[in-house]
Amino acid sequence: MAEAVIKLVNITKKFGPVIANSNVSMEVNKGEILALLGENGSGKTTLMNMLSGIYFPDAGEIYVNGKKAVISSPKMAFELGIGMVHQHFKLVDVLTATENIILGLEGRLNKKEAKAKIKEICDKYGFDIDPDQKIYDMSVSQKQTVEIVKVLYRGANILILDEPTAVLTPQESEKLFTVMRNMKEDGKALIIITHKMHEVESISDRVAVLRKGEYIGQMMTKDTNAAEMTNMMVGRTVSLNIRRPDPVDPKPRIQVEGLTVKTIDGITKLDNVSFTANSGEILGIAGISGCGQKELLEAIAGLQPAEKGSVVYVNDEGSKEELLGNDPRRIEELGVALSFVPEDRLGMGLVANMDLADNMMLRSFRNGKSIFTDRKSPRNLAENVVDELEVVTPAIETPVRRLSGGNVQKVLVGREIASAPTVLLTAYAVRGLDINSSYTIYDLINKQKEKGVAVIFVGEDLDVLLGLSDKILVLCGGKVSGIVDARTTDKNTVGMMMTKIMEEGGTKENESI
Amino acid sequence: MNPFKSFHIVKRDVLPWYKAWGVRAIAIIIALIICGIVTTITTGLNPISVYGAFFQGAFGSARKIWITLQNMSILLIIALALTPAFKMRFWNIGGEGQVLAGALATAACMICLGGKLPNVVVILIMTVASVAAGAAWAFIPAFFKAKFNTNETLSTLMMNYIATQLVAFFTVVWEVPKGSFTVGIINQSTNAGWLPQIFGSKYLLSIIVALAITAAMFVYLKYSKQGYEISVVGESERTAKYVGMKTEKVIIRTMLLSGAVCGVAGLLLVGSINHTITTTINNGQGFTAVMVSWLAKFNPITMIFTSLLIIFLERGAGEISMNFGLNQSFADILTGIILFFIIGCEFFITYKVAVHKKKEKIANGKEEK
Repeated sequence: MAEAVIKLVNITKKFGPVIANSNVSMEVNKGEILALLGENGSGKTTLMNMLSGIYFPDAGEIYVNGKKAVISSPKMAFELGIGMVHQHFKLVDVLTATENIILGLEGRLNKKEAKAKIKEICDKYGFDIDPDQKIYDMSVSQKQTVEIVKVLYRGANILILDEPTAVLTPQESEKLFTVMRNMKEDGKALIIITHKMHEVESISDRVAVLRKGEYIGQMMTKDTNAAEMTNMMVGRTVSLNIRRPDPVDPKPRIQVEGLTVKTIDGITKLDNVSFTANSGEILGIAGISGCGQKELLEAIAGLQPAEKGSVVYVNDEGSKEELLGNDPRRIEELGVALSFVPEDRLGMGLVANMDLADNMMLRSFRNGKSIFTDRKSPRNLAENVVDELEVVTPAIETPVRRLSGGNVQKVLVGREIASAPTVLLTAYAVRGLDINSSYTIYDLINKQKEKGVAVIFVGEDLDVLLGLSDKILVLCGGKVSGIVDARTTDKNTVGMMMTKIMEEGGTKENESI
Repeated sequence: MNPFKSFHIVKRDVLPWYKAWGVRAIAIIIALIICGIVTTITTGLNPISVYGAFFQGAFGSARKIWITLQNMSILLIIALALTPAFKMRFWNIGGEGQVLAGALATAACMICLGGKLPNVVVILIMTVASVAAGAAWAFIPAFFKAKFNTNETLSTLMMNYIATQLVAFFTVVWEVPKGSFTVGIINQSTNAGWLPQIFGSKYLLSIIVALAITAAMFVYLKYSKQGYEISVVGESERTAKYVGMKTEKVIIRTMLLSGAVCGVAGLLLVGSINHTITTTINNGQGFTAVMVSWLAKFNPITMIFTSLLIIFLERGAGEISMNFGLNQSFADILTGIILFFIIGCEFFITYKVAVHKKKEKIANGKEEK
């Protein structure tokens, strides 16, 4: 039997009245990859944060290598050989990889030695980084690699990876998994948190499931399947098929022509982008993150000035309205019912410190002539959204920052679709959401599509994009590398298009649609 | 063994109000005990009698109570003026200058128009002028913040010095008698431009105005559309833009309001209370008000209590330095200690210190040898 490097006994952690973890007992073995599964808010990250010294358990014991341990700071976690790679990277942009890795370590600064050691680690596990490269020059996956090497450099034998693949392309994820397998061979213990079932199946040896802060059980990955794991997480049977109703009477709704967007520094973010989004259809946008998806949606929504090009809205009667150059309020006044679910939910779509009702008011507070706000209808709307979308919240008066990721997204999507939009823009609508919440969101988007809304869905999970969209527009470095029919294409084609501009054929196809 | 390993700090959930006020009460009691010890050690006086004098200073007689309330009103008005800006995360440190601008405009109207126009008209013009002057003083930093994102802390602060120098300049222009470098009581014989006394009390006007502004500000911030915009812009400018709010407009509008209310404080200081103008007429209350507003967590109703507390400390401290022949610095020490505890206890309201159980400590100690 494998030997347990970490043993948790009856760990309990409360945040005020909220129980994040309740009597969790589990083990992590040497030389295995454990997938920690659970819905949003089931306490996975909290549990891992206690292992890495960020939180301190209210009750229970942690044993590391058979010895009882008190982990009250990240530094102590490192001393015990536990390292965590967080979802959000904690790197200094203007420093090199090496400098970031040795940052905060005590003792004499010797970059040469450090570089040699980093190289050794990279060779051993198959990492591919340039120790002298600055962080700001790195892609997301390279930054993640630096984070992992940083943890290994500090001698971690137990690695915790919190949703490492959320920001990676399928190819990059595969590369990460190869490295993870190498680390496993070397006898390290790895814990991975992920919501993607196919990844769990391909990478992990064992899965442990949390639900509502409680430990539900564990099983060997080879003896189980995605459906069983999902049912365990959710506590009931869920269907894992994404519905794709056929579009009814699609008509052009948004026509983008030659859209070019540059940043203040003159970097081209969108280069001559043209496409049409039809009513009653979902147009998926695929691409490696940072390839202009954000700028594209923000330009349509009136938040991003454009260098040139046009964004035309066509209403049901066929009359056209130019959207570029208008701010969101002006667009609303033009009679364009445009809803936007931005990527940064708490920083842009919602106000984190305000309660549900006040957040509902963001879209409607100007209604009416009175100088005072109407508090009642937003409150009713908040109650409706909570009811219909099954938002888990202590009260309508709870600040949204205290809700879990999935519930925050439900609040945001609920508000955006409440205004009966004709265009719905969504950016990474299910990022960080568990399976159950994700399917709720897909369902909501499909319902909008059936109502004849033109949906533009920026996504990162190709399986979802292929399953949900009618068409997929692939962006690569700000250029359209093609628009494909989601029903007939496959993952590899789209994956290839994401990394390079297609030959003539691809762009031609784009024009013909 | 590292002593920091034996405890750690945890963020609390929101405390129920009675517990939060309990913490604050304990903080004040501890502060008073420490003050007592410091008093006994440094001066040899009986702390109880010092406290008695402290209280006497603020509430010792009807007149003292009225003055306390009047001072509190002015401080409250300035704190209320700063609050909308603060809620917008616009750090208006320029209350002092905005009040002085209002005061200067008031004095100018009294001197130039007093006796030449009917008194009602003079007062009307004074009111408009003081509000406009305060607003103008706030507009300048707001404009640059909105257009060029300049640092408002610095620009509002610098505007204070300009206002002080302007007042100093006009003090010389208007000095009575010549060579005294003071303006003296304006229109002492005619009382032209003096704001009316309410029910024969010269204190009541400021108090009533302060209460009216408190209620108005509370409603404005909590229930009006503009108040809602202020909160959204303050919390997240990106969210504000996302729903199509014009953040530049909100910033400028809010600062105009902030400056205008400061102007009212200037109007009362000159027109109702002092009937003269000096560079120190506001006595640094533009800065004290920052604390009043913060202590009240930007809630206008709570500000009634925080401004009273500050004025109470100020007046009590003044009294003991007079009664016991101590200098003003000693009173400041006591005020400092009390404020330290009152502000410091907010930490314990937001966080709690969790001490590890002894058993764990021993276990931990053993492992470390």
